[in-house]
Amino acid sequence: MTTALREADHKKHSLLDSLFRNLTRAAAFGVLLLLAAIIVSLIMGSMPAIHAFGFGFLSSPDWDPVNNKFGALVPIAGTLATSAIALIIAIPVSFGIAIFLTELSPGFLRRPLGVAIELLAGIPSIIYGMWGLFVFVPMFADNVEPWLNSHIGVLPLIGPFFSGPPMGIGVLTAGIILAVMVIPFIASVMRDVFEVVPPLLKESAYGLGSTTWEVMWKIVLPFTKIGVVGGIMLGLGRALGETMAVTFVIGNSHELSQSLLMPGNSIASALANEFTEAYGELYTSALIELGLILFFITFVVLSLARYMLYKLGLQEGKAS
Amino acid sequence: MNNSLYNRRRLINAAGLVVSVLAMGFGLFWLCWILWTLLVNGLPALTPAVFSQMTPPPGSSGGLLNAIAGSLAMTLIGTLIGTPIGILAGTFLAEFGQRGWLAPLTRFINDVLLSAPSIVIGMFIYEIYVLKIGHFAGWGGALALALLVIPIVIRTTENMLRLVPVTLREAASALGAPQWKIINFITLRAARAGIITGVMLAIARISGETAPLLFTALNNQFWSSNMNQPMANLPVVIFQFAMSPYDDWQRLAWAGALLITFSVLTLNIMARVLFRQKVASH
Repeated sequence: MTTALREADHKKHSLLDSLFRNLTRAAAFGVLLLLAAIIVSLIMGSMPAIHAFGFGFLSSPDWDPVNNKFGALVPIAGTLATSAIALIIAIPVSFGIAIFLTELSPGFLRRPLGVAIELLAGIPSIIYGMWGLFVFVPMFADNVEPWLNSHIGVLPLIGPFFSGPPMGIGVLTAGIILAVMVIPFIASVMRDVFEVVPPLLKESAYGLGSTTWEVMWKIVLPFTKIGVVGGIMLGLGRALGETMAVTFVIGNSHELSQSLLMPGNSIASALANEFTEAYGELYTSALIELGLILFFITFVVLSLARYMLYKLGLQEGKAS
Repeated sequence: MNNSLYNRRRLINAAGLVVSVLAMGFGLFWLCWILWTLLVNGLPALTPAVFSQMTPPPGSSGGLLNAIAGSLAMTLIGTLIGTPIGILAGTFLAEFGQRGWLAPLTRFINDVLLSAPSIVIGMFIYEIYVLKIGHFAGWGGALALALLVIPIVIRTTENMLRLVPVTLREAASALGAPQWKIINFITLRAARAGIITGVMLAIARISGETAPLLFTALNNQFWSSNMNQPMANLPVVIFQFAMSPYDDWQRLAWAGALLITFSVLTLNIMARVLFRQKVASH
């Protein structure tokens, strides 16, 4: 009798076990399904534009809703330019912050300062945009851009990039604000990977008489190279897809211009500005294709970033 | 000769460290500047009317009540939809993910989705939901936010479950508890504080999201408790009002910006404090 009861109990529980396991598995599978659904819906939505323009879409600078002529060159160029500016500023600053937090900061300041930098990542993107438009843009137009014009704008080669009307809004401004937004992401990954360096390595270098800078530059950085690059890629992924902050300050112009002081457009800001107001199938479809391109680029960049960070994780496991 | 090399190395070291301190200052400088701007512009605009009146037509005064209510409703529903799915999938990754291809692949895709551009998520919901029903709706906004919640909750759930000592599971198993009981009543409960932290971080993230709401919930100038209609929400109202040329609207935008930023930052700090207590008690 008791064995029969116990058997029934056992059966019930193994049934519940497999139910629960399959429920969690379905949820995990749902994530994959979500990704597939996003890709399929974007491809379906952009089909009319793909048929109409083919690969020429990627290289055409036209953006003319009236005549139904669309090309993605200007937004793609704007996205890449703003992200590049952001990385050029953010990488050295993040490296400095990570060194400060891991090596220099007094113990009691380490945590509050680390949190302060992470809070920078918590501020919503729209706040960056608003602050950028009302505070940073006027300051930049009055004080920095005239200086850029008269000092760097006259140089050969890089001069043309920095000459133009000092309006404040433009690709350069968007890049600088993006830099502030991605600094916390890159800095916190760098800090985390710097902390996995075995103390033994660092102590050996210090014992041989290295300075702090030499330890960071010749021991820690080579050891964590992959992780650091992964962190940078993660920041790049963020910068590429950032929408609201860029929309406020980039100027939303579909003109291709060599000057970084001129208004431009990024993929995300073109979507934010035009998607709800787009009329006609082809216009909407061209915008969806822009979204598809953005998703594709960020997907590749973020995959590489994760791959590199995983690799460092494996290395760490082997070392211990 | 040796001395000059020594001096050069010391000089490089000093220069490097000074630059690193400057970099830290650079980061803090932006944080302070942004928060200061918000306080200066937002505090004077933060009148009782902000919480008691609807968003006004241009040129007249009003408040943000409908936007605040809409934001709360969509954030709440988004979190309610996203959290259980996230916890389930996270549990799979941590507890059942040792073998097979599904767990590593899901982990990888999830980490990518974690930082995927939110505007694309908005477009996706527009394609599969808004287009089908033919109009913008609060449900669409909530759905888009839910999709942003899922990856965050998955990541923290998995991380937190992995912190639970294996011995705890083994002890329960030795007492004859079936696996679903072990996970639901032992490991998930042990990881509760950490998972709540993750949910709080997810709420903080979505309450400031604008891009996915632009294509889904859009906006509504009036009070709306119907999730099947376009719905006002703080981020989109801030976007619209800040870009407008009207002083009244811009003032309200600053008030909204102050509200959003400080609630998001408070959530962030609370989540960290909670998490720290949990880790300290281990």
